[in-house]
Amino acid sequence: MAEKTELQPASLEAKSPFDLRVDLGKDVPETDVRSALASGDMGFLHSFTTGSTLDGPGVRVVAWTTGCMWRCLYCHNPDTWTMRNGIPVAVVKATETLRKYRYGLRIMSGGFTISGGEPLMQDRFVVKMFRAAKEMGIHTALDTNGYLGERLTDDEIDGIDLVLLDIKAWDDEKHRHLTGREPGPTREFAKRLAARRRPVWLRFVLVPGLTDDPAEVGQIARFAGGLGNVERVDVLPFHQMGRYKWEKLGIEYKLDKVEPPTAEAVERALATFRAEGLKAY
Amino acid sequence: MAATAPKKSKPGTAADPWRDFQHGLWQREVNVRDFIQQNYTLYEGDATFLTPATKRTRKIWDQLGKLFVEERRKGVLDVSQVPSSITAHGPGYIDRDNELIVGLQTEAPLKRAIMPNGGFRMVQTALKTYGYEPDPNVVETFTKYRKTHNNAVFDAYTADIRRCRSSHILTGLPDAYGRGRIIGDYRRVALYGVTRLIEHKKAERAALDARMSTEDIIRDREELAEQIRALQELCEMAGKYGFDISRPAATAQEAVQWLYFGYLAAVKEQNGAAMSLGRVSTFLDIYFERDLAEGRIDESRAQEIIDDFVIKLRIVRFLRTPEYDALFAGDPTWVTESIGGCGEDGRPLVTKNCFRVLQTLYNLGPAPEPNLTVLYAPRLPDQFRRFVAQVAIDTSSLQFENDEIIRRAWGDDSAIACCVSPMALGKQMQFFGARANLAKCLLYAINGGRDEVSGEQVVLPAFEPVQGEVLDFDDVLARFERTMDWLAGVYVNAMNVIHYMHDKYAYERIEMALHDYAPLRTMAFGIAGLSVVADSLSAIKHAKVRVVRDKTGLVTDYQTEGEFPVFGVNDNRVDHLATWTVSTFMEKLRKYPTYRNAVHTQSILTITSNVVYGKATGNTPDGRRQGEPFAPGANPMHGRDRYGIHASAYSVAKLPYRDAQDGISLTTSLVPTGLGRVPEDRITNLTSMLDAYFGATGFHMNINVMTRETLMDAMDHPEKYPQLTIRVSGYAVNFVRLTREQQMDVINRTFHGV
Repeated sequence: MAEKTELQPASLEAKSPFDLRVDLGKDVPETDVRSALASGDMGFLHSFTTGSTLDGPGVRVVAWTTGCMWRCLYCHNPDTWTMRNGIPVAVVKATETLRKYRYGLRIMSGGFTISGGEPLMQDRFVVKMFRAAKEMGIHTALDTNGYLGERLTDDEIDGIDLVLLDIKAWDDEKHRHLTGREPGPTREFAKRLAARRRPVWLRFVLVPGLTDDPAEVGQIARFAGGLGNVERVDVLPFHQMGRYKWEKLGIEYKLDKVEPPTAEAVERALATFRAEGLKAY
Repeated sequence: MAATAPKKSKPGTAADPWRDFQHGLWQREVNVRDFIQQNYTLYEGDATFLTPATKRTRKIWDQLGKLFVEERRKGVLDVSQVPSSITAHGPGYIDRDNELIVGLQTEAPLKRAIMPNGGFRMVQTALKTYGYEPDPNVVETFTKYRKTHNNAVFDAYTADIRRCRSSHILTGLPDAYGRGRIIGDYRRVALYGVTRLIEHKKAERAALDARMSTEDIIRDREELAEQIRALQELCEMAGKYGFDISRPAATAQEAVQWLYFGYLAAVKEQNGAAMSLGRVSTFLDIYFERDLAEGRIDESRAQEIIDDFVIKLRIVRFLRTPEYDALFAGDPTWVTESIGGCGEDGRPLVTKNCFRVLQTLYNLGPAPEPNLTVLYAPRLPDQFRRFVAQVAIDTSSLQFENDEIIRRAWGDDSAIACCVSPMALGKQMQFFGARANLAKCLLYAINGGRDEVSGEQVVLPAFEPVQGEVLDFDDVLARFERTMDWLAGVYVNAMNVIHYMHDKYAYERIEMALHDYAPLRTMAFGIAGLSVVADSLSAIKHAKVRVVRDKTGLVTDYQTEGEFPVFGVNDNRVDHLATWTVSTFMEKLRKYPTYRNAVHTQSILTITSNVVYGKATGNTPDGRRQGEPFAPGANPMHGRDRYGIHASAYSVAKLPYRDAQDGISLTTSLVPTGLGRVPEDRITNLTSMLDAYFGATGFHMNINVMTRETLMDAMDHPEKYPQLTIRVSGYAVNFVRLTREQQMDVINRTFHGV
């Protein structure tokens, strides 16, 4: 860390996770970003919160990283796409903050979740943070789209207590339309997790007209059911709370007219997953 | 103790009130705690045994429902101008043939009585507001012949106190109304009957004959004589309803009825700010268990009796002024009932009857009264903890207090008065004292004792205001400490006057008759604006705060450059400023002697008065604008606790109980989905949060589970949400009865999770 002291931020200052943030790390020189990414001593965080009950089991501390290679049409945090929109935070500093919550997290059967952005854009940072968490006896969860799963070694995968894996679509063309990338790597990562018997919670965002084709949902459900390590499926209804961020960032938002799915549509999707023997909520 | 097994009383008829009870010290002395410990049955099961409201219960509740509508429309339903006392009004009923528990404050439900001993001006204003012409005889009596507490207090107030009242640095002092926050041990009426209690009081009185007639002893003798008189009147009042409560209660229904008569006598005579009930559920369970075992009642009947009792507690009414209601949000009575907790020996004090009392929130719908308060400990039975979490999520009508802290400080037969004030039942009382505005105190420190809003010199003698453009932390801190010292002196002075006069002119005869002689007295001071003070000090210390002065040199605004840590994000750089403030003000208060040698305590609680305090306070160095509400109680300022509930609760849990023994209040608002995606998860997660907060040093937590949409809609369509209950700093209120400002305050308060 010593050679990077000039990068140490004062604290983990971050407003609410629902705030827009831009350019918070813009002053960090490109070379420093690269070496930080390589060592994992430094990460770029969009925000962090405590008391979350929606990002894994129990009541958890969650850190959202910046940087994502996907451009999902329904993304509600497009300000997390660019890494330098986040605040540079040293692993040492983040660990100190996490340490304050370790006893409470144990009582609340919770833990520490890294979400994003796509956390594996900063895979060394993730690995270091999780190692620190494990040393404090804190349960760890990684919320990822799995696209960069190959960056993790088998040992590193085995060190993560739970993977929250986002599956966006099944059909290649649809997936590319929706995210900008192909679905293959995600499915490979899912299979690898299954082979290593690592617990997975699958997350699927239901967007009317985009991801609610019954055949598509059925394909994903069959795939998930066949893996054998999916403990739970969260069907997340699309919402419009991220719309203002697209407007503010000046990016064209294609889902302007899309309404959240109806309760019946959500119920249908849930039934599809349950039909494959999965617990779905 | 002899090595033989404890004997049982002979089984007998209902004529033997103590049949089948375990013998114990409680028979030889007035000792309800011992009776409970010897006789209660721990229940560790779930809530499936509970029964719904019966047709009879629903019928009575519906009858009242119509009256509630009319009451809301008119402000008050009706008023009796007979000055109230235990026996002033004849018996009253809602539905005489169908009520299981009887007794009303006046002859008719929701008809309010006048209680002028506290202050006649309040009575007159209230009468005029609601369109009643004060009865000339009553006016003559209370202006010509009978002095009230209110008159007396102003005879003895100092000029300092008057200035502090007018400038709102001291607000809500009980100098014009009943002080409340005294809990009679109403259980004694059921367990012993009134005859035995009178004998007991006579013995206490007789023992004082041997003492020299000093001022203290004379007062004690007179008070005991009044207590005995009040007990006789209690018997007489019950007699009018056809009950002989001179003997102990012999069945569960009688036990509830006897206990309620005790409480009713108190609310017939005292219009106290908080008229709390105590901790009766587990005590009563002993009677219910015996009746159930004898086949006298079934579960549905047991629930029916509790439902009927709770209906009575829900219709306790006092005649108050609209200003009073605005300060406290609605029409509060704080009929606080403490539920659960553990005994000294580690056995949880959870019984089936705790569940029954909670079940009333389903059978009768959510309501702010009685103010159901769970004494929470992580080692309470799992099923009970899950049930209370479920009730909190479903009704938002529960508050939680740390049983471990309370038991360690005051013993295992303690209960909460009002919102967060713990006291040992029958052995302890408090002199209630509202609160001091510490944010204003900080501004006075900067302005040499001038009020930042009016410009008037409140602190005398005046001292030099801060010099220069930028605030210096050490300079401000030293000034703040000196100003706190001054404020503490005025505050203790005011409280001594108030409680001297309250004892003299509006003594709580029946409530004190249900206490032991010479109970422990605390003098409960309070503070408001803690998070504003902490954040302001933090700004001065960690950022650069420039002052803005008006023409007269008064600092009226602040310009802050740079970042500073705020209270509520679990950051010790500022959290220690909050703990320092609490401990320092407590230390200052302790310097000044109290009336009757009461023990100094303080609370960090505002209920809804955080809005009124904020309104009266100018711009503060933390960036809060003039007139903006403070955060309630010990809460971080709205929107600043941006790292979520775990971080914000940890900040609050750091506040030292030893310097805030009258309680530390935290209000949290959650939307249901903020507790988990699945209902079952929500119960588990809320239970976990309570375990974590109370397993640490958290003292109190209100939990509002609601949606922003529900609240916004309720503001515009109050008629759709007559029962929407939310918790604000120690108390549950009916949301639609809040002022628009208070409603906005609640909505703007952090919603943890979206």
